[in-house]
Amino acid sequence: MSELITAKILKNPKYLQLVKQRDTFAWTLSAIVCVMYFGFILMIAFTPDVLTQPIAADSVIPLGMLIGVGVIVFSCLLTGIYVYRANQTFDPIVNEIVREASK
Amino acid sequence: MKIFKTAFFAMLAFASVLTTNLAHAADVAAAAVVPTVAVVPAEVPVNWHAVVMFLIFVAVTLVITYWAATRTKTATDFYAAGRGITGLQNGMAIAGDYMSAASFLGIAALVYMNGFYGLIFSVGWLVGWPIILFLIAERLRNLGKFTYGDVVSFRLSQGPVRTMAAIGSLIVVIWYLIGQAVGAGQLLHTLVPQMSYQLSIVIVGALIITYVTFGGMKATTWVQIIKAGLLLGGATLMAIGVMAHENFSFAKLFSDAVAAHPKHLDIMKSVVPIGAKANPIESISLGLTLMLGTAGLPHILMRFFTVTDSKAARKSVLYGTCFIGFFYVLTFIIGFGAIVLVANNPEYVADISKSVLNLKGGGSMPAVYLSHAIGGNLFLGFIAAVAFATILAVVSGLTLAGASALSHDIYARVIMKGKATEKQEVWVSKMSVIGLGILAIFLGIAFEKQNVAYIVALTFSVAACTNFPILVLSIFWRGLTTRGAVVGGYTGIFGSIGLLLIGPTVWTKVLNMGPAIFPYDFPTFVVLPTVLIVAYIVSVTDSSESGKKERAAYDAQMVRAETGLGAEVGASH
Repeated sequence: MSELITAKILKNPKYLQLVKQRDTFAWTLSAIVCVMYFGFILMIAFTPDVLTQPIAADSVIPLGMLIGVGVIVFSCLLTGIYVYRANQTFDPIVNEIVREASK
Repeated sequence: MKIFKTAFFAMLAFASVLTTNLAHAADVAAAAVVPTVAVVPAEVPVNWHAVVMFLIFVAVTLVITYWAATRTKTATDFYAAGRGITGLQNGMAIAGDYMSAASFLGIAALVYMNGFYGLIFSVGWLVGWPIILFLIAERLRNLGKFTYGDVVSFRLSQGPVRTMAAIGSLIVVIWYLIGQAVGAGQLLHTLVPQMSYQLSIVIVGALIITYVTFGGMKATTWVQIIKAGLLLGGATLMAIGVMAHENFSFAKLFSDAVAAHPKHLDIMKSVVPIGAKANPIESISLGLTLMLGTAGLPHILMRFFTVTDSKAARKSVLYGTCFIGFFYVLTFIIGFGAIVLVANNPEYVADISKSVLNLKGGGSMPAVYLSHAIGGNLFLGFIAAVAFATILAVVSGLTLAGASALSHDIYARVIMKGKATEKQEVWVSKMSVIGLGILAIFLGIAFEKQNVAYIVALTFSVAACTNFPILVLSIFWRGLTTRGAVVGGYTGIFGSIGLLLIGPTVWTKVLNMGPAIFPYDFPTFVVLPTVLIVAYIVSVTDSSESGKKERAAYDAQMVRAETGLGAEVGASH
């Protein structure tokens, strides 16, 4: 029974499209996080001077501190974007695919 | 059930005897009533605020454990809280499971000593979470039952793959436990000097055995939720206290810190621990380890099986990430606040003529003393109780994850080959909890005087080099076969432990064997690519019949991972 449903789903073009669309989205977001974070890490590794320069002439706050906090805040935002899109776009498609296959 | 109830009350009685003994010991000051209570000089007053708040927390959690015990009947209840946890609750529990005393006291202490450098840890320990959300959380929930071993062995050969996954889990769990136990012993002993190091660890061990054997995942989850609330609340109050002292100006906070710290502007200029030589490869390897290790911690992955469905799993990561991110920003403020308010203060500094930074009670104390500087003994007592709650919550999660690897993976699937009844499996799990709890007590005591600085590197390296890559390959790569997973997995385990052994911390500092053979503390940059290459080569050259079947089974696995069809059903609300 469940094998039958699985076989049906595998032939459903909506399923193939969903997987492609969602995987592209998930891997793109992962890539953004990695670029952002490893950008920060590579700056620490190779250009620490850029990272530790003060944000203003009369300030002791280094640029890297803003970047670091920025990476944290942006990571939280990206998780929000993913959850929003998954709830709005992907869940209804998944439900439809499962419903069609269970018929 | 009855026997468990009786045993539960026996444990309760044991705990109350312990605590009354302690109070009594305190009353008669120097006289040691219980042999394990250390004799202390009469001038050290008992921190009653801390003791009372410890006891309130312990009482509340024991009531919750009793409540959870009456509702824990099946294996699903025990391992996965009946899959009835909501997204928001699990988000809090994730935060409670993940924000260990190491990240609270540890990051604050790193910032206190090194300034900016501490931020690298905050960032690195956070960025694993979006990756867990985008790639792992929902698929893990859809494919697994109780452990991450369920997922990696989904279409592969049960025996060898589960054994490898369980070994990977247990290494991470046991070393993490040692680190937590040593931290608990040192912290409690410093805060309540009337309680010896050993007794502190025994109390922690007895409490977590009680929580987990009787209340299973339900009790563990609620202990973690309460602890996350306390920790977030306490850290927020502390950060507000710091900012109030600095007229709510970050510019003033940082320039005051630069003025107060003996290294002055270096705390804003150094991207390595102050005094260490810049080392680009080490920085990159550290970055990789922090990020990917998070996504391979068995007690964290286990949390996704407690929610109703993949949608709740997804939401829980969003909540968890926001709580953890907020908390890490707070620890950064707390660390700088400690430079301003704790350093140079003779009340906290061990010997001000030698160093204005080194504190009484050791390296993890800046956040604790900061609470005293801000809110006196009452707030110190509160933060001390929060730190204690933090340790209990993390240790409970770890113990349950370790026990489930032993009972669900090794006992039920490898030894009994799926023929064990649910009752037998849960029984083995409870025995494993007791065994791991006792092991943690002994190791915690044995490691008291050891240098445990390498423990974070070890646990996160094994998680980043074994659990994480094998999990991702099994979910996303059709070509992975049993041989590839097993050979790759063991490469990760032995590779990371081997290189850590001959690395600077263990080889040179712990074993005193002279210059390190492998010059880096974090081996991930070598081991992780090796694991991926080995798993790839061994899988593609695997032309066995079983290998072909495993690749063919990928489609069905993927349908279940992507749609949740056939996934373990959650409790309805």
